[in-house]
Amino acid sequence: MDAILIQILNGLDKGGAYALIALGLTLTFGTLGVVNFAHGALFMLGAFCAVSVQQLLTLSKSVKDESITFFDAYKDQPYLEIWWGDTGTAIIDYAVPISILFAIPIMLLIGVAMERGLIKHFYKRSHAEQILVTFGFAIVVQEIIKAFYGANPIPTPAPDIVSGSAAIGAMLGLSESLVYPWWRLIYLLFAGVVIFAVFAFLKYTTFGMVVRAGMADRETVSLLGINVERRFTIVFGIATVVAGLAGVMYAPILPPDYHMGMDFLVLSFVVVVVGGMGSLGGAVAAGFLLGILQSFASMNEIKSIFPGIDQIIIYLVAVVILLVRPRGLMGREGVMED
Amino acid sequence: MMKISLQNNAVVMLIFSAVVLTAPLWLAPIGADYPDLLQKFAIFGIFAIGFNILFGLTGYLSFGHAAFLGIGSYTAVWSFKLFTMNVLPAVILGTIMAGVFALAIGYISLRRSGIYFSILTLAFAQMSYSLAYSVLTPITNGETGLQLTMNDARVIDSLFGVEAEAGLPSTNLFGQVMSGYSGFYFCAVILIIGFYVSLKIFRSPFGLKLTAIKSNQTRMKYTGFNTRPYLLSAFVISGMYAGLAGALMSITDPLAGAERMQWTASGEVVLMTILGGVGTLIGPLLGVGIIKYFENIFSAMNPSALHEIFNFLPLWLENIVVGITRHFVGDGWHLTLGAMFMLVVIFLPGGVMEGITKLFNYIKKKLGLNRVDSEDHVSEGGDRK
Repeated sequence: MDAILIQILNGLDKGGAYALIALGLTLTFGTLGVVNFAHGALFMLGAFCAVSVQQLLTLSKSVKDESITFFDAYKDQPYLEIWWGDTGTAIIDYAVPISILFAIPIMLLIGVAMERGLIKHFYKRSHAEQILVTFGFAIVVQEIIKAFYGANPIPTPAPDIVSGSAAIGAMLGLSESLVYPWWRLIYLLFAGVVIFAVFAFLKYTTFGMVVRAGMADRETVSLLGINVERRFTIVFGIATVVAGLAGVMYAPILPPDYHMGMDFLVLSFVVVVVGGMGSLGGAVAAGFLLGILQSFASMNEIKSIFPGIDQIIIYLVAVVILLVRPRGLMGREGVMED
Repeated sequence: MMKISLQNNAVVMLIFSAVVLTAPLWLAPIGADYPDLLQKFAIFGIFAIGFNILFGLTGYLSFGHAAFLGIGSYTAVWSFKLFTMNVLPAVILGTIMAGVFALAIGYISLRRSGIYFSILTLAFAQMSYSLAYSVLTPITNGETGLQLTMNDARVIDSLFGVEAEAGLPSTNLFGQVMSGYSGFYFCAVILIIGFYVSLKIFRSPFGLKLTAIKSNQTRMKYTGFNTRPYLLSAFVISGMYAGLAGALMSITDPLAGAERMQWTASGEVVLMTILGGVGTLIGPLLGVGIIKYFENIFSAMNPSALHEIFNFLPLWLENIVVGITRHFVGDGWHLTLGAMFMLVVIFLPGGVMEGITKLFNYIKKKLGLNRVDSEDHVSEGGDRK
């Protein structure tokens, strides 16, 4: 029982990341009809927002280390600590949550600029060309990040207060040994909030209504005199922000490096296809489902029966689903069917 | 009387063979005349030609071709380990093995088309990659990669009493050691054969049917035409080319690693094909040449070399230029690649071949020759949806 619960939890937080990335991907699919292979790079950019904010906050000056009295020793002390003492230390500790505030406008800007500058010109081109140009773009973004931050993963710790583990077992009246890192719980919660926000936005605002109408029938909406393109630009921006936020929050779980996006991209594409092209709900459901399946597959009991299953379970599921239910779990009719 | 024109297969093959076999001569001025690089051109050329048969003719974008490359490599190394150090069996076995896998993967993947097909092939390639790294370690030797060892069986070699030398044996073709120029010429000959097969396919009813599938599959189906067997044959052929290329990779360096199967490797061949010109005969080879050549040049450069190149500029300007360009060379070669790739897809979707055709027509027009005489390019190059 405990083992199953912990696997579900494990799966949920990974699934949260998949769901967030896939949500953004499917937004661009459904609205713009663009296959964005650079979406993983946007996720990575989000993570590097966290890294940059952390580095910015810990800009240091070398000062004399008072604790060592035998000789003159120097240590780096962040400016924030020098100026504001303990408050400064606390701010540095909260670098990752703070970077969310920075990430939103930055990612929105990147998204809008990317749509206007690049994606816009590819609406009418074939999917193959869209894949190719965004793939090229992803390589460029990756290499730029590599040039600035190096090739090694950069540890970006979560705030101290949530760095430990939550005693979930004790809370739920199960075994004491059942513990789970706080940050992963927070990630799960965060993913839920973001997903909910995106859904609410699309469902309950006029803007969202127009976007949904545009997803269903772009031509009719533009014939009604609505500037669909403009809304789609914003939708692309939102998709970028969602990917970026997923990246920011993932930084403490997986120290960001320049190619983390590519690793997630392939998986999230599979997630989108499994969920059904153009279906937001499908993408989220498939994200969590595949996350959980993956964590179950990595249990030792299952691995001893099917060795190596943890490595391929996602792809295997994707193959089966594509063959049995070509439209994916919740795919809408007519989206991306050629 | 044989008409001398590019429509004639014999003429094309003659020119092509001459160009390939004399490559060490005419590539010398740009410093690309050493065997390693030439061989790389030939091997990736084969890979790209094969990929082009699928993508260029049918429009099915496979993102999993690296899997066949890897399978070819592994099979070739196993052939060296088990049977003989002769390269012929290795190449043949590698090709066949890749063909078998392509048949299985293609049979399943081709049930879907468009982006779904891409994802399916990608999924299969990633599965092969992950399995090669983990569970299949007894066959693939996991992260270390499959290599020759002193106590390999080499049944056929020992049967013929080939004496074991000190150290690891080297690959050979009936005694001729496969390294340096002999390695290149072996690959070159195979490239020529591969090109001939591809030429035949392009100019056959079979190739025509594939192109028809690309331009309108529904219409083909409505005329009572079962497209699946044709697509599957194209997929298997192109998988076999990839396996052949993979086997050739193991010839100079008998070592196979799982990273050859990673999806970025599949991306690379897509890139080369697009850069050169999808659906054209010679385009993919141009793409391979350009990418591999610049990779070789750019990744070897460092800031001091750049300073030498730009030292005709005033010092302050030189520093700025070098400061910018140094990110594009050495480790940053991928940045150049990505940028180049974007530029090509944006401005020249037909690749370099389209550029050449345009230039050709432009010159013709300037010279007052009204007849647009590039039917060869038009018939094979005008293929975008």
